[in-house]
Amino acid sequence: MSISTGVRPKSPTERLLAANSWLVYAFFYAPILVLIVFSFNDNNNVGIWTEPSLRWYRAMVENDDVLRAIRTSLIVAAVSTVISTVLGTMAALALERFRFRGQRVYDGLVYLPIIIPDVTMAVMLLLFFAQSFRILDGLIGWSPNFGIGTISLSHIAFNISFVAVVVRARLGQLDPRLEEAAADLYANQWQTFRRVTLPLILPGVLGGALLALTLSLDDVVVTSFVAGPGSTTLPVYVFGLVRRGVTPLINAVSTAMLVASMILVGISLVFQRGTASSPRVAEAHPPE
Amino acid sequence: MTAPTDRQAVTPELEAAAERAASRRGVLIALPSWAYLSLFFAIPLVIVLVYSFATRSSTGLTQLRDWNLDSYARLWDPLVGEIALRSLLLAIATTAICLAVSYPFAYYIATRGPTARNILLVLVMIPFWSNFLVRTYAWRVLLGTDGPLSQLTQALGGEPIRLLFTNTAVLIGLVYGYLPFMVLPLYAALERMDWRLVEAARDLYADGWTAFRKVTWPLSRPGVIAGSILVFIPTLGAYVTPAILGGARTTLLGDYIVSQFLAARNQPFGSALSIAVMSVMLAATILYFRSGARNL
Repeated sequence: MSISTGVRPKSPTERLLAANSWLVYAFFYAPILVLIVFSFNDNNNVGIWTEPSLRWYRAMVENDDVLRAIRTSLIVAAVSTVISTVLGTMAALALERFRFRGQRVYDGLVYLPIIIPDVTMAVMLLLFFAQSFRILDGLIGWSPNFGIGTISLSHIAFNISFVAVVVRARLGQLDPRLEEAAADLYANQWQTFRRVTLPLILPGVLGGALLALTLSLDDVVVTSFVAGPGSTTLPVYVFGLVRRGVTPLINAVSTAMLVASMILVGISLVFQRGTASSPRVAEAHPPE
Repeated sequence: MTAPTDRQAVTPELEAAAERAASRRGVLIALPSWAYLSLFFAIPLVIVLVYSFATRSSTGLTQLRDWNLDSYARLWDPLVGEIALRSLLLAIATTAICLAVSYPFAYYIATRGPTARNILLVLVMIPFWSNFLVRTYAWRVLLGTDGPLSQLTQALGGEPIRLLFTNTAVLIGLVYGYLPFMVLPLYAALERMDWRLVEAARDLYADGWTAFRKVTWPLSRPGVIAGSILVFIPTLGAYVTPAILGGARTTLLGDYIVSQFLAARNQPFGSALSIAVMSVMLAATILYFRSGARNL
């Protein structure tokens, strides 16, 4: 897999590569570290260090707007992750394991939301909801509000595609002979899926779910278009604050969000370890 | 699901029936996501297209009659051209810098031993999964006129840093935000590569540079293409980074479109702009894939 580098003396190229890599790591982590350090700063001015304090974390947990935004974020993330994981996995199965008419168009429909820029997606969904609420109002006199509902529906719309891509990659690596073997042993379609396919693609499904969760918790652009008064997610709320200026409170909220991201990284690593230890089909059948 | 391998035992009629049944099952499994994406993606896309031909009333409302091409005509406005050119240059610069930095970086990680490789990769995953808004905001803190970087240069006897709200700040923020999206596909391509091919080239008296140019680079091209698309597309329509790090004189396509809906209230023009940006992006993606696929 890798070239053996241990024995040879380090060449100038090798040294340059190493130096470049450490610079990239410094670039990755320095801004994050500065943010974390300054979130513990007891000063109204973000840039000037006075003394360590938890003042801004206290301000954060006492701030009702922040807490409400966190609640909205979690509800939207949970709902959109579950629904988009189910729909995305089904889409991946349909695309990878079946042949049917109109599949190419369907394939395009599944992939397009990934290629379309955030801003376009946001505009599309805003106009769509505004227009359909107007029509609903005219037809049955019911005009829903923008809020958790519209945010969740929008997040599902962009997450299905990402889940489908991740699961499809996993399905593509799967040896179809395993599914055929199950069928030969008189398993019906459902049993084959439940006992053979699903356990083997589970790391992909969980990886897709985690990606959907992260994208939902990250999204600013689409959400800020389809959010209603009084119901925004945490990133949209923070974005609004940032546009008005830098405050130590934002540093504290940001650090809390970073910690949440780290926990997600930890979870994804556990999944990956699960992937590595599960029997790899490709290794069991080396190509001739 | 798949056709049985023992072909003699199966009559053509049975096989055709089985194929039809499998096709029906495929349609059924595709149905929920097809319905969802049709309602919440395809129809919204059509609505934007319809709006782009509508008229804006003097009060800023959109009137769905008097269909016209005025919004598209406005795309040739020099102001729009200037914004589009700035966005395009910034997206190209971001992609190029990300590629130049990430390639040697991914190469370095891919050529380590298994343990080191995993640790180095996790250190890339952390920023990749971290909240994008927070990572952009970190630069707002860092680059501020009385921020840490500025204080550092002043302590060293230099000038305070005045980068915030410039194109440079947006470029730094974009590179920082999207670098992991370039690193990961490049790493995946390089890690999958059969390094024996490089050794074979060296055995055949290729020098290091020739072996790289003729073997490693072509084999890693899928990663280069995937990474470039993953960086170029979101940066061309970027909204969050310029909104936080850019200033009034650095309007990009993303915030220009948003302002048509929130501030200027010109939905038809905003829709036409969205359609135009999306078309350019789709065309670029398809072209890029085609040109890459030929050399794979």
